[in-house]
Amino acid sequence: MTATVTTDPEVDKSTSRGTSRGTGGARRRLPRIPDRIRQGGLPYLLLLPAVLLELLIHIIPMVIGIVMSFRQLTQFFINNWGAAPWSGLDNYKIAVDIDAPIGEALLHSFFVTCVFTFFSVGLAWLLGTAAAILLQENFRGRGVLRTIFLVPYALPVYAAVITWAFMFQRDNGMINHVLHDQLGITDEPSFWLIGDNSLYTLIIVSVWKGWPFAFLMLMAGLQNIPRELYEAASIDGAGIWQQIRRITLPSLRPVNQVLILVLFLWTFNDFNTPFVLFGKSAPENADLISIHIYQSSFVTWNFGTGSAMSVLLLLFLLIVTAVYLFFTSRGRKGADV
Amino acid sequence: MRHLRAASAVTLALSIAVAATGCGGGTTSGGSNESPKTLTYWASNQGPSIEADKKILTPELKKFEKETGIKVKLEVVPWADLLNRILAATTSGQGPDVLNIGNTWSASLQATGALLPWDDKNFEAIGGRDRFVDSAVASAGKEGEPPAAVPLYSLAYALYYNKKMFAEAGVEKPPATWDELVATGKKISKDGKWGLGAEGGNLSNNIHQTFVLGQQHGADFFDKDGKATFTSDGAVAAVKQYIDFMAKDKIIAPGNAEYAQNQSLTDFAKGKTAMVLWQAAASTFAAQGMKPEDWGAAPVPVPSGAPGTGEQVNSMVAGINMAVFKNSKNIDGAKKFVKFMTSDAEQKLLNKTYGSIPPVKAAQADAAFGAPDLKVLRDTLATSAAPLPQVPNESQFETAVGTAVKELWADAAAGRPVTEASVKERLEKAQQTMQQ
Repeated sequence: MTATVTTDPEVDKSTSRGTSRGTGGARRRLPRIPDRIRQGGLPYLLLLPAVLLELLIHIIPMVIGIVMSFRQLTQFFINNWGAAPWSGLDNYKIAVDIDAPIGEALLHSFFVTCVFTFFSVGLAWLLGTAAAILLQENFRGRGVLRTIFLVPYALPVYAAVITWAFMFQRDNGMINHVLHDQLGITDEPSFWLIGDNSLYTLIIVSVWKGWPFAFLMLMAGLQNIPRELYEAASIDGAGIWQQIRRITLPSLRPVNQVLILVLFLWTFNDFNTPFVLFGKSAPENADLISIHIYQSSFVTWNFGTGSAMSVLLLLFLLIVTAVYLFFTSRGRKGADV
Repeated sequence: MRHLRAASAVTLALSIAVAATGCGGGTTSGGSNESPKTLTYWASNQGPSIEADKKILTPELKKFEKETGIKVKLEVVPWADLLNRILAATTSGQGPDVLNIGNTWSASLQATGALLPWDDKNFEAIGGRDRFVDSAVASAGKEGEPPAAVPLYSLAYALYYNKKMFAEAGVEKPPATWDELVATGKKISKDGKWGLGAEGGNLSNNIHQTFVLGQQHGADFFDKDGKATFTSDGAVAAVKQYIDFMAKDKIIAPGNAEYAQNQSLTDFAKGKTAMVLWQAAASTFAAQGMKPEDWGAAPVPVPSGAPGTGEQVNSMVAGINMAVFKNSKNIDGAKKFVKFMTSDAEQKLLNKTYGSIPPVKAAQADAAFGAPDLKVLRDTLATSAAPLPQVPNESQFETAVGTAVKELWADAAAGRPVTEASVKERLEKAQQTMQQ
């Protein structure tokens, strides 16, 4: 081989070119299908399992749910769905007729959910931001604190919320033991799981459960802000509040955009927290829409109306998400320019 | 390329079709005897735990296998899940062959058409309808239609009282009328002790109590056509009477308003509450460390002091029924299994273990069910118990009215006035949410 190279470089070049051409030809000549697949089929083939599963797990049940909302699917027909009469928009009419009790209750539940979501997301975000900023500084015990802060996020929801339900019991719960027996703040032990306080209970548990996620996301976001910005700012004489307002918050904008949307969707749809705290019939003040829909379908065996309410909820969340993304993205583009 | 696209389109279409038929509702075909050697059985949780139930039932299932050669696969389903599991099974057509149902669900499940109707022919296969107590059969489905299930364990409400607390307060005998109950309760309710217990957050329990009080006020919650009549004077008076034990008479501790996990029984066992209205509480008391001589059982009070029918009814017919899914692949085996479980011998054994009363007349005569507390339950079932309304939307009724009563407990506990008007308003709202 070496001899050839030294004697005649031209030949060598040509052979090497020849071989390369040869392999190319062989590649083209081998099976014809892979080439065709490479032209556009292969990606689809690889996507197929995911698409099938997506269809099976998300799309088909959703479509069936939407179909159900147009049928009068009560206990008389659940054994044979096909026989359930089509009811057109009747289920929707019942759900949105706010002068009738069912629509009125749904509207009430919707308002309760809005108030709940506003406070829960707001407080979770505030706590998460504050904790993330505080833990930016390097100090002893930072790792331990970070771990502790993430515990609520790591705990199984059911176990955690059941524990809260025990703590909120009126006669034997720890909350009243501290507030009433030890600190003497209240004259009478308060009810937390029934009556007027139930909304506070729900918000407290929800914030406790939700803020570590905000903390985690924001902590990651803070890592991306260059130190130099702060240094330059402090040389210019900016205090800590100004630094947070002028540097930290604007830099976290993209993170916040996603974070708040995700928190909003999770909180608005939350079923586990109210269900474990209050059981299948939540107190009026804490009658979240997810529980309300569950009650309107599973507990009363009226899956048609329940589905109609679910579709309305889906539409509402879609619209809110779309509007939110429209405005926040436009704002961001403007800021980038 | 075209081939591939076609191939993937076919695959996609096929998988959608498979998925769609898989989710497309249950089979409506009748049962068959395709697999005569096996049965699946969903038992309800009757003992202290799921594990205990498995231990109690497994030897009996082995006995059945020895007799018939049919192997029974047992699953004990907790009460919190049972109805949802049954609904899912009904919807998908993928359920057990034989299952236990709470008897108050009978008419609702009957309406789905998924359960085998127990007409004369099917009853013949298990020894005849006459073997069962009438009130128990009446709680297995809508009047005038073949029952959707067969009674398995029967229960009734009794007034359980703490003997020591009665003695300390100088009360000699358990109250027989509501006036006596209130008077007794007032004597006891002081220094952190209370006369009566309640489970304000438990919707079913709220229904059971207000239903009986409703009967005593001459009110049914449904009329003959199955239409809701929650706001009749009798119904309002019944609900108000129940809430007034806390709001007006102050013999129930306010904390009971949020009880839903049998905390009232714990209070009873700890000597904090002197009386509870409960069904077959003996085993729970024992589990809480009470000795049989610590407590007594008496019939639930009635206006006249003598329980009977009509306005002297003092309990619902509580209990568990056994049903067969119509689309079972072993319908004959399922009937054999129901026959086995309702045989005199099994009835005596199982009801003794669970502290319930056999709905089978011959088994009821056994001396074991003549013990003082069980005798109260047995007599109540025989003479003064009425089945809860057997209407298809019973489940809605329990939720709507049960929630109304729960909210009223919350009002009473918070010290807000509970008036006839406020009770009526809640019941009115409950009635309006009932869809026919």
